[in-house]
Amino acid sequence: MLRDITLGQYYQADSIIHRLDPRVKLGSTILFIISLFVFDGAAAYAVAAVFLAIVIKLSKVPFRFMVKGMKAIAFLLLITVVFNLFLTPGEPLAAVWRLTITKEGLQLSVLLAIRLSFLIIGSSIMTLTTTPNQLTDGLEKMLGPLKKVKVPVHEIAMMMSIALRFIPILMEETDKIMKAQLARCADFESGNIIKKAKSLVPLLVPLFISAFRRANDLAMAMEARCYRGGEHRTKMKPLHYARKDFIAYAVVLCYLAIGVAAGHLQAILPEIMKIA
Amino acid sequence: MGIIKVKDLIYEYIRRDEEGNVEGITTAVDDVNLDISQGDFVAILGHNGSGKSTLAKHLNAILYPTEGTVWVDGKDTQKDEYIWEIRQTAGMVFQNPDNQIIGQIVEEDVGFGPENMGVPTKEIWERVDESLKEVGMYEFRHYSPNKLSGGQKQRVSIAGVIAMHPKCIILDEPTAMLDPKGRREVIRAVRALNDVERITVILITHYMEEVIYADRVYVMDKGKITLQGTPREVFSEVERLKELRLDVPQVTELAYELRQDGFPIPKGILTKEELREALDACAGRMSEKARE
Repeated sequence: MLRDITLGQYYQADSIIHRLDPRVKLGSTILFIISLFVFDGAAAYAVAAVFLAIVIKLSKVPFRFMVKGMKAIAFLLLITVVFNLFLTPGEPLAAVWRLTITKEGLQLSVLLAIRLSFLIIGSSIMTLTTTPNQLTDGLEKMLGPLKKVKVPVHEIAMMMSIALRFIPILMEETDKIMKAQLARCADFESGNIIKKAKSLVPLLVPLFISAFRRANDLAMAMEARCYRGGEHRTKMKPLHYARKDFIAYAVVLCYLAIGVAAGHLQAILPEIMKIA
Repeated sequence: MGIIKVKDLIYEYIRRDEEGNVEGITTAVDDVNLDISQGDFVAILGHNGSGKSTLAKHLNAILYPTEGTVWVDGKDTQKDEYIWEIRQTAGMVFQNPDNQIIGQIVEEDVGFGPENMGVPTKEIWERVDESLKEVGMYEFRHYSPNKLSGGQKQRVSIAGVIAMHPKCIILDEPTAMLDPKGRREVIRAVRALNDVERITVILITHYMEEVIYADRVYVMDKGKITLQGTPREVFSEVERLKELRLDVPQVTELAYELRQDGFPIPKGILTKEELREALDACAGRMSEKARE
C-alpha cells in the first residue's frame, strides 16, 4: 500500500551509529567526503576503505542496501571511467581501434571510480541510519548560526518536515484521481511523449487544487495551535551532544589524520629507503 | 460573563471578481448572541452554509467580526495582544483529520501545541502522555499518523488540543469525514473530556445523534440562530427542524409520527429507553380502556 512507503531509505536497526546525534552524522559525512578529495595515494584510500568497512559493520545495515544506492549512479560511474580511460593523454599502454589507453588514464579512472563509490556509500550510511525527521532537526540546529544573517532556518526545516509528512498523502491522492480519471476513459498510457505529457494535465490540475486546499487548512490548524514561527518555541526532543557524540567526532578526526599521514608516508617512502 | 460571550456578531464575506472589484457581500453570520458558561457542552447545528463553521472560527480568533464583539475568557478577540492567550484558552479541532496533523509521529504532533507555547521539554512530555491517555491513544504514540484510521487521527487531533490545557474546545464538524465507528470513538472521547475534566465543549455538527448529550443546542440557519434550548426542547419542534432541512434522531422521528397518528406520547423523546417507557405507559392505558 502507498501509505506504507518509507521516505528516504531509513533502515530500522539498533546500533551505535543509529543512536548518534544527527549533527555528528551530517558533519562526519561531510568530513568523509572532503577526505576523499584531499587524500593522496593508495595507502590513504586503503585507510578510507578500512574506516568505511568498520562503520558499515557498526551500523548493522546489510551491505546490499548500500549497493542499492550505487545502482542509481552506475551509468554516471561508467561514463566517467570510460572517458578518463581513453581520453587522458600520457604514456600509452594499449590501443583499441583508434583509442589508446594510457597509464595516467588508467590511474585517474580507478581513482575516480573509488572516490565516487566511497562517496555514495558514505552518504547512504547517513541516510540509512537517520530518519528524515532527525535529519531535519540536525540541519536546523547546525544551520542555526545562519539566523544571524537573516536566513529563515527554522522555516526551511519546518517546510521540509511538513513536505515529508504530506508526500504519502499526496501520493495516495494522485492514485485516487488517476483511478477516477481512468474510470472516465482517460488514457495515460498510449501515444508519444508529448501526448503522454498532455494527458497528465487532468491529473495535475485537481492534484494542485487539492494541495493548495490542504495547505490552507494546515496553515489554519497550525495557527489555531499557537504556531508563530521559531521564536519562543521549545523543543519536545531537543538535540544534546552526549559523550558518544564527542568520541565519534574524535574518531573521525583521527581517521582524517591517519589518512593524510598514510598518504605522505607513501610519497616519501622511496626517499627514506634511498637514505637507508 | 461565561467563558465565551458573543454579542451582536456580524461577519460578511466580500466576494470579488478577477480585477478585485466587489461583486457582492454575503453575510455568513448575522446578528448572533451567545453566552456559554464554563463546563457546558454546547452543540451548534445547521445544514451546509448555515454559518456554523464561520461562527466557530470567531471563537478562537481565526476570523474577526465585521461588527459586534467576541470575548473568550473575558478577552476581546480583536485585540492583538490577547491572540495567543485566546488560541490557548479555546482550542480548535477541524473537520479533515489529515490536514491538521503536523507531526510525523503521533507523540510529536501532540507536542506541537506545547512547543509553540514555549513549555519546558520535561513538561511537554508529561502533557503529551497525559493527553494521549485521556483520548485512549497512548499505545499508538510511536505510530505514523498515516497508519491510523480516521477516528484515531481525530482523537490524536483532540489530544493535540488538550495538551495545550485549554478551558474550552471547539470542534468544527469533527466527525463529518468519519465512518460510524470513528464517529462513536470521537464523541465518546469528547464526552469524557466534558464529564471528567469539565472542559467546555462546543460541538459543531449536522449529526443529530451527537447532540442529544449536549446541555444546550443552538440551531443556525442563514447565519442566524433560529432555535435554541435543551435537546429536548429543540427536538420537540420537529416541524420547525424539517423546515430547516434538518433531520431529527430516528427515535424522535418515530415518536413524532406515532404522536401524529393520535398515540398519547410526550414531545421530545430522545432515546430508545424513553420511547419504550412511553409506549409501555401507552399500552397500559389502552388495556385499561379495553377492560372498562
